[in-house]
Amino acid sequence: MLKDITIGQHYPTGSVVHKLDPRTKIIAVFVFIITLFLVDNFMAYGFVAVFVLLCIMISKIPMKYIIKGLKPLTFIILFTLMINSFMIAGEIIISIGPLSITKEGLYQGSFMAVRLIMLVIGTSLLTLTTSPITLTDGIESLLNPLKKIGVPAHELAMMMTIALRFIPTLLEETDKIMKAQMARGADFESGSLIKRSKSLVPLLVPLFTSAFRRADDLAMAMEARCYRGGEGRTRMKQLKYYKRDFVAIVIVVSMFAILYFS
Amino acid sequence: MSITIENLTHIYNEGSPYQTNALEDVNIEIKSGEFIGLIGHTGSGKSTLIQHINGLLKPDKGKIIVEGMDITRKDVKMTQVRKKVGLVFQYPEHQLFEETVYKDIAFGPKNVGLDSEEIDNRVKEAMNLVKLPFEELKERSPFELSGGQQRRVAIAGVLAMKPDILILDEPTAGLDPRGRDEIFEQIRLLHQKYKNTIILVSHSMEDIAKLTDRIIVMHEGKVLLTGETKAVFRESKRLEAIGLGVPQITKLMGILADKNIPLARDILTVEDAKIEILKWLRGKKNA
Ligand SMILES: Nc1ncnc2c1ncn2[C@@H]1O[C@H](COP(=O)(O)OP(=O)(O)OP(=O)(O)O)[C@@H](O)[C@H]1O
Ligand SMILES: [Mg+2]
Repeated sequence: MLKDITIGQHYPTGSVVHKLDPRTKIIAVFVFIITLFLVDNFMAYGFVAVFVLLCIMISKIPMKYIIKGLKPLTFIILFTLMINSFMIAGEIIISIGPLSITKEGLYQGSFMAVRLIMLVIGTSLLTLTTSPITLTDGIESLLNPLKKIGVPAHELAMMMTIALRFIPTLLEETDKIMKAQMARGADFESGSLIKRSKSLVPLLVPLFTSAFRRADDLAMAMEARCYRGGEGRTRMKQLKYYKRDFVAIVIVVSMFAILYFS
Repeated sequence: MSITIENLTHIYNEGSPYQTNALEDVNIEIKSGEFIGLIGHTGSGKSTLIQHINGLLKPDKGKIIVEGMDITRKDVKMTQVRKKVGLVFQYPEHQLFEETVYKDIAFGPKNVGLDSEEIDNRVKEAMNLVKLPFEELKERSPFELSGGQQRRVAIAGVLAMKPDILILDEPTAGLDPRGRDEIFEQIRLLHQKYKNTIILVSHSMEDIAKLTDRIIVMHEGKVLLTGETKAVFRESKRLEAIGLGVPQITKLMGILADKNIPLARDILTVEDAKIEILKWLRGKKNA
């Protein structure tokens, strides 16, 4: 159940995509997202899909793994498809009782579904190919110019690093506590909705106490190592653009420019 | 209750770069009423193995048979299995959640559907077993207790279910020596009284030597060695080769025997060593 969640996970393969500067990838994903919302025909989506497939192939991440990451979203995707098919007025294809699927609805629905799938695959490709630390380094560096107008770039990035760092830990902890309570006969899977929400108490209480304990420990450990914010902080790994970053950006931007203007 | 494990294989995160073959083709036979010690260095698969015995983990391959019932089958009721097989996790105090100690210990018995009178008895008995004063602590919040007391509450929570098979995953890690001895003493008495099957995971060879009848040695997801406690500790070379050891006193007796002093090597406790050495000294005087 919990092990299907791949969002925010890193999948190292050492491919060119992995080696790109995080800033390049963040910008590319932004361009990608904007394009997804601007293009409005299936042809264009076909091109985007081919592009995404190519990126996946170059990144050497198994297709199976990407599809697994989509699984938890099946419901939302189906829901989007259904709502649109039923709600939009137009030429009726099939009627089921009071509900009827329209041609326009189906078109719009599948459009949204494809958009959603692309969105998820595109962004998860970013996190799969970039370690959380480099990712937040990239975000911090991109936000740096905004420091002048008072955006706490470093603090934001640090918060994100910590949050990302602790997602797997919390999942692991949840798994462990769930097992410990199941060993004492707790049942998380059956019963009415009320009974099931009640059964979450033995899970949530230990989870929160342990999260607070961890937060405390981490704060203490950071203090002990003299952390005091971003001012004057140097880093071991400096971000640096290479030729491949320019190539990547040029490819992405021109690709989507063509799509958008043609 | 007997346990049979056949060709058990467990792989974590199959097909991802983090794939770990935690268990590979493990075969184990445990008879009813045995006190088993499970040893192996960090990451050798001990915790993974024991979580299969009460159905918390499903095998990728293989079978687990508890008292004639194959618990890997789909139609098996898990609550039934968990009533029979009690499992105390590593750092069990992290699972406490109720407002009072009493309620927390009663959680397990309540889940298996006992009536309140029986639950009351069980909580009293379990607290008694782990040496927690019932009247004094029953209404206290478990979060106000010391780490050692929390550990006892958590162990009591499993003991209160009176499992036929009791599995303890490093139950005394991080406790003071007195606390450790008290808990082990109670477990020993429990075993003597009820003849239940116990599996103890521990990194302390002294504790294993003192308590268990038989040892299973895990190494990199496989069973490397099993046998009676004495027999296994005779293999000190093989144990040392995989980063384990033998009890200090066994080591000492081995060194003495190497120096051609006629003493037995398979001595496991200081008590036995004393008897053996005295026997030898007396023999020398008489000669
Ligand atoms: N939930 C999990 N997900 C992925 N891998 C795991 C998980 N739990 C354990 N492992 C891996 O499986 C292997 C066996 O772990 P296990 O916890 O069974 O070892 P252990 O013998 O109990 O060690 P220890 O003495 O440190 O408790 C290790 O390599 C570990 O990294
Ligand atoms: Mg373990």
